[in-house]
Amino acid sequence: MATAERYVGGGVLRKEDPTLLTGQGSFVESITLPGMVHVAFARSPYGAARINGIDTGAAANAPGVLAVFTGEDLAGEWAAALPMAWPVTEDIRIPDHWPVARDAVRYVGDAVAVVVAETREQAIDAVDLVDVDYEVLPAVVDIESARADGAARVHEQFDSNDCYTWTHTNGDVDAAFAKADVVIKEHYTQPRLIPNAIEPRAVVVQPTPAAGDFTVWSTTQIPHIAKVLFALTAGIPEAKLRVIAPDVGGGFGSKLNIYAEDVTCLVLARRLGVPTRWVAGRSEGYVATIHGRDQIQEIELAADSAGKILGYRASILANMGAYLQLITPGTPLLGGFLFCGSYGGEAYHFECTGVFTNTTPTDAYRGAGRPEATYAIERAIDALGRAVGVDPVEIRRRNFLPKGEMVESPCGLAFDTTDYETNLDHAVDLLGYEALRAEQAERRARGATRQLGIGFSTYVEMCGLAPSQVLGSLNYGAGGWDAATVRILPTGQAEVVTGSSPHGQGHVTSWSQIAADALGVSFEDVIVLHGDTQVAPHGMNTYGSRSLAVAGVAVHNACGHVVEKARRLAAHSLEVAPEDLEFEGGTFTVKGVPERQTSIQEVAYAAWTAHSLPEGEEPGLTAHHVFDPPNFTFPFGTHVCVTEIDMETGQVEIARYLAVDDCGNVVNPQIVDGQVHGGVAQGIAAALYEEARYAEDGTLETSSMLNYLVPSAAEMPVFELDRTVTPSNSNPMGVKGIGEAGTIASAPAVINSVVDGLSHLGVTEMTMPATPERVWQTIQNAKGGAA
Amino acid sequence: MTRISLSVNGVQHEADVEPRTLLAYFLRERLGLTGTHIGCDTSSCGACTVLLNGQSVKSCTALAVQADGARVTTVEGLAEDGDWHPIQQAFHEHHGLQCGFCTPGMLMASVGILSENPDPTDQEIRHALEGNLCRCTGYQNIVNAVLAAAEDMRSSAAAS
Repeated sequence: MATAERYVGGGVLRKEDPTLLTGQGSFVESITLPGMVHVAFARSPYGAARINGIDTGAAANAPGVLAVFTGEDLAGEWAAALPMAWPVTEDIRIPDHWPVARDAVRYVGDAVAVVVAETREQAIDAVDLVDVDYEVLPAVVDIESARADGAARVHEQFDSNDCYTWTHTNGDVDAAFAKADVVIKEHYTQPRLIPNAIEPRAVVVQPTPAAGDFTVWSTTQIPHIAKVLFALTAGIPEAKLRVIAPDVGGGFGSKLNIYAEDVTCLVLARRLGVPTRWVAGRSEGYVATIHGRDQIQEIELAADSAGKILGYRASILANMGAYLQLITPGTPLLGGFLFCGSYGGEAYHFECTGVFTNTTPTDAYRGAGRPEATYAIERAIDALGRAVGVDPVEIRRRNFLPKGEMVESPCGLAFDTTDYETNLDHAVDLLGYEALRAEQAERRARGATRQLGIGFSTYVEMCGLAPSQVLGSLNYGAGGWDAATVRILPTGQAEVVTGSSPHGQGHVTSWSQIAADALGVSFEDVIVLHGDTQVAPHGMNTYGSRSLAVAGVAVHNACGHVVEKARRLAAHSLEVAPEDLEFEGGTFTVKGVPERQTSIQEVAYAAWTAHSLPEGEEPGLTAHHVFDPPNFTFPFGTHVCVTEIDMETGQVEIARYLAVDDCGNVVNPQIVDGQVHGGVAQGIAAALYEEARYAEDGTLETSSMLNYLVPSAAEMPVFELDRTVTPSNSNPMGVKGIGEAGTIASAPAVINSVVDGLSHLGVTEMTMPATPERVWQTIQNAKGGAA
Repeated sequence: MTRISLSVNGVQHEADVEPRTLLAYFLRERLGLTGTHIGCDTSSCGACTVLLNGQSVKSCTALAVQADGARVTTVEGLAEDGDWHPIQQAFHEHHGLQCGFCTPGMLMASVGILSENPDPTDQEIRHALEGNLCRCTGYQNIVNAVLAAAEDMRSSAAAS
């Protein structure tokens, strides 16, 4: 139906919900195929060991077992090792990473053999019977021990555990520091985090042996990228592969990868000629799915006596884990342009060294490098404020980049559009800042058991990955474009085929809003197809808060092309020139002759019959568009966390959490708010609760949801949200990404709040997660120091 | 093998099951009710929550044999004659789901909460949902949805 109704910015409800609310979602775990066999992996219990031999006899004879394969048995299946797509330097050390280990294991969870059985239970039972002769070797699990003299080496062929060192400099940093009145140097750590998408990973592969075809259903964020890399790894012609990401139950970066289990199920389907299936257990996923963060950071700020920053130096050590997964080495570098945050200055230097350890590989986890950078600069600017005696709000105001377009940051990039002070002012107003400071002073004066802390984070982040040329200059292995095809069917519905691959972000709804407005059809008449490489041949998928700013814009632009063609066809049928037509609400009308009109759907039908088309026009009303953005988008905002700290127990409770974000123009306010809620929750989780811990021998101590605290509703505060709107100039819709902003902004706001709440005791340090024990100990130490 | 007899979403089933078979797997693999999801192996996440004789339980913690003679309701049985349960409507209107994987468990746990406490506060809902994990929503819209469903169900009850 042609309609003048506008949907972008409005409150439509999600189209994704009906199947998900009634148990009709199609998750990989639920796919069953005739003749399907079940795969389970035997995994190393040791952080480091040589494999002297594997006896698979008992496992092979177990009930229901069809086959057992070791790494050596599968060696001939691979055209290449597991892919790593971001060799960040020329001299980076890239160890071979075989899906099933051959001669040695390098982390707890490294696969050593694979069992194929008639049922999943039989396969899992038989895994226990795989007898591996391990020669246990010393392990290194943390960055500092891995770099100590004489440390055990994760990969014997390299003479140290360093993987690479990447540096980036803009301006004369030494000169900036030489003329500074104040220099502060801060040290922070980023705990290792387990992403914990609630859907465990899973894969099902269906071979068609006579045709040589394979269909892979995977819990992936990146079906199109996976198709290319499955082909290269398994040596299967790309055109013979179809990859489907059906409903995917959350990703947060953990499903932005090419995993051993996926490619192993693929080659087993080829070898055995039957469908294969693997579903991760949660605890299995804790060792076999990438982790996030795990950095040691040093940041220095050089400033004048008023606290105006002149220069920045940031130096980080990043734990790679035992191997390099898809973008392991590049992940910390995504923060490499953000250690100066939303602030100005003359010069900037960043360096990062990646370090191998005997742990599960790290990779992109929500925010990927940017939460780490934002944490460092947002804590450091508070430290600078303390050093020059300036309030956290005022020190930020003094250093903000100016309002404008293409604003040069000291990091060397031009930020699309900035208006930081307006945003901060709005947050301070909503907060009632002065009253909170008065209450804090009052509680301090009477020695209240529950002290008040107020923490700010005025973040900026870079997302919407990205201009392909820029990614190329960083040695990233893929482009940053995305694609859309839009066609109006002869019966009037608009089909939108997108290259994004949503897993909770609501693209079907938002893309419907975009297309409905651009085409002048109703929201209900737009159908969005995604996540299947045979349906949507072109795509770069969903990560890095890129989908709306790249793939959504591609939909918008493809719709524009459809309207252009429709205008020519309408002009032909109405016997006027195209420029004589107005297009409004899905209807072309001859200017000044309102009774002469035709709807875009009537045009689509005429284009399908093709009985009378203008000369040179092809039948059908369809258009394809690939959008390669000219710049990243740089959303920003102010997050404020008010904590109440129990001085007797060390318990931190979030009394208020205020987020004022600016992601440019908003397509669906409810979805944007939901992204902020979830993002903030993951940042709060990192600040207060979550930490993956390894024992010295490489055992993951936080081995399940029982001892790794994923917060529940009881741990989360009520979020107060608002927005300012500064449209981006990186795309014609003026939109910026919002998927990761909450996570990027929130952890420093929480920790700054805890430090602020204890500042009357002289506390300036706090490490994540700020557990009751850690906070209590800090209070005791501070009191002891004061006594 | 043990023979069990139970009602699932109003349909009577008889089946021979292994004693170790968990109710969650029985529902998914034997009855094809794949709306009940399995998100962990430690009874932590609650994605598999169903109603057993009207009370919410984690079906990965119950054995199928324990459901012998019982009345089980899964997410597939929430709507009646195609009309959504108020909790489904409220999750839709309040954006209480994103990826949807925890959602069946959240819905069933919420129904369980409201059957015991028809007028819960924000904090009571948060504590009652402690056994159900969501990684997408930050819980706020889930809590709002449960509050809205409670109000809807109370006003329906008052009208009838």
